[in-house]
Amino acid sequence: MGINRRSALKLMMSAGATATAAALPSPADASTVAPRPDALGLLYDTTLCVGCKACVVACNRANDLAPDTGWSGGLYQAPLDLNANTKNIIKLYQQGSDRSFIKRQCMQCLDPACTTACMMGALTKGEFGIVSWNGDRCVGCRYCEIACPFNVPKFEWTSSNPRIVKCELCRDRLAEGKEPACTEVCPRKAVIFGKRDVLLLEAKRRLEEHPRRYVPKVYGEHDGGGTQVLYLSHLPFEKLGLPELGDTPVPQMVRDVQGTIYTGFIAPLALYGLVGAAVFRNRKGVEKAAAAAAEKNEEAGV
Amino acid sequence: MSARAHETSPVGGEVFTRPFILLAAFFALAMLVVAYRFAVGLGPVTAMSDAYPWGAWKPFNVIVLTALGSGGYAMAVLVYVLNRGKYHAIARTALLTSALAYTSGVIALGVDIGRPWNFWRLIFVTTWNLHSVLLEVAVCISTYIIFLWLELSPAFLERWAQGKPGPFRTIAVSWTPRIERAFPWIVAMAIVLPTMHQSSLGSLFLLAGPRLHPLWQTPLVPLLFLLSCYLLGFAAVTMISLLSSATWNRPRHTRMLAAVMQVAAWIGVAFLGIRVLDLVWRGQSHLLWTFDQYAAAFWIEAVLVAVPSVLLLSPSWRGQPGTLFRLSGLVALGGSLYRLNTSLIAFMPGDQFGYFPSVLELIVSLGWVALAIIGYLYIVKRFAILPAAAAAPASSRG
Repeated sequence: MGINRRSALKLMMSAGATATAAALPSPADASTVAPRPDALGLLYDTTLCVGCKACVVACNRANDLAPDTGWSGGLYQAPLDLNANTKNIIKLYQQGSDRSFIKRQCMQCLDPACTTACMMGALTKGEFGIVSWNGDRCVGCRYCEIACPFNVPKFEWTSSNPRIVKCELCRDRLAEGKEPACTEVCPRKAVIFGKRDVLLLEAKRRLEEHPRRYVPKVYGEHDGGGTQVLYLSHLPFEKLGLPELGDTPVPQMVRDVQGTIYTGFIAPLALYGLVGAAVFRNRKGVEKAAAAAAEKNEEAGV
Repeated sequence: MSARAHETSPVGGEVFTRPFILLAAFFALAMLVVAYRFAVGLGPVTAMSDAYPWGAWKPFNVIVLTALGSGGYAMAVLVYVLNRGKYHAIARTALLTSALAYTSGVIALGVDIGRPWNFWRLIFVTTWNLHSVLLEVAVCISTYIIFLWLELSPAFLERWAQGKPGPFRTIAVSWTPRIERAFPWIVAMAIVLPTMHQSSLGSLFLLAGPRLHPLWQTPLVPLLFLLSCYLLGFAAVTMISLLSSATWNRPRHTRMLAAVMQVAAWIGVAFLGIRVLDLVWRGQSHLLWTFDQYAAAFWIEAVLVAVPSVLLLSPSWRGQPGTLFRLSGLVALGGSLYRLNTSLIAFMPGDQFGYFPSVLELIVSLGWVALAIIGYLYIVKRFAILPAAAAAPASSRG
């Protein structure tokens, strides 16, 4: 990636949040996983979004994706969810008098399940903490789709040379010194781009300033070990489809279990030695017993 | 191994029988679907989606069928590690079943994955993501197939060594002593590799986290998968042995198979005991009484393992070949359902999504099974796999 620090810094300055946020003291980071110092992200605020979907169109254009017009779930939802042509979507939640828009895209987890799953590292967390896909390393096994708690990676089901499609925070645009397409076009600054720590401060400032406007939590600060995309909402996050994951990173359980079994690969090697020795020692006995059993079998006609 | 020479013998006879031709025709049909799948992608052929990305192929053809093909592994542990040489007579039946199940499973995987042309890169250690459970599974299964066929190779080598002079005979003559020398270390590898990947097939689903129903999502999933592969391996070998003996009029070895299933029954009891203790320990046992589809799936699975396991503990139940066959079938169903539940049915991507396999998807799935059966029919007829017929045609009693 040809992104240099200066152009990234310039972007952060333009993120709007910086001036106010910089005045606040830095909060102690309590998430299980320490974010990378260069982690970039998004902050989306449901109270600001008017659901115009300009970000959806801009995303498709920036990523050369044909707009998905095939399947609609009513007047607003088109398409219904993220898919191989849709890396970014605005969905409408409506239940009685509760209404909210919700933007969904890759969360750029601090400790992603997808990169843990991926056997040859086709999905990796690289510069700025962006999780990106490398087609040369991907066999199309779709284990990332099983692993991702946010249902984000999508597979090209109708292609004979399928790719995994997901938001990569417009890393090609970042390299050109631009910000992601979705934040650039948002007319209400409902989604803003910047360094994760700056965005987190901005989110907390809004919570402090308007305590009655929001659910008192920044989703993504600690959820699933923390994500680089952060959310503020006036409705409970789980109603908007953001799962309750707890603060433990999703890959932690598999690390605990497999780590216990495979530390230093000692257990498998020891097992091989023991089994090899046992087979070597038992071999002659097995042959004898087998011959005896065969003989007995012939006599008995069993 | 020379001691086997008089234990086993080829069935002989016509290969192209009617069942063989029917299975081959079905396999050919499945291959047409496979060709279509490579032309248009997975979407038009299968019912898989971004919510259910694995559909039927990985859960059935790999996760369930390699467990049913774990007989070679389970019998090797019994014969060579626990030193029970008397089970040797059915060792080759078990090995052939395993080799065919695994081979068909890996071919199925090659059709299932979207970009199979990148798979070869796995030979470079530099590409390995050591945190990936799937890496371990992929490397272990690919390597294990080689060791399975090596373990079975004496069956082919001893025939070729006696055949007409030619390349096969040259290979057989030069390789037989090498294989014999290396045999303990081949067997040891063929025990360690499945111990690793059969448990890790379960660990794959640890990463599904809260998207796997809590009745199945447990840190003990590798242990439960390991136990279930013994259960399924023993049950499948028993059924295939009994079927083969009945079909080709071979000695039935009912007593031996009953002893194998007695071991399997204790494993079934241990499996269920661990399953229940785990639920209690994790504080999830109340979910058993919720009467939703997940509780139902659990109960069906548990009953299918529990009932035959308990009955198989009684000598009178397991002594009759017909009953032994049916009880083994129930064990195989229950163990398979456990694996299908973990890998597909209890996967919860969201209430708005559903999955049921498409007809074409099922045709391909069953096509790989047909391939394995065709392979079995051919190999037992031409090579010494099945127990040799008794010298005296005394009685057909089991």
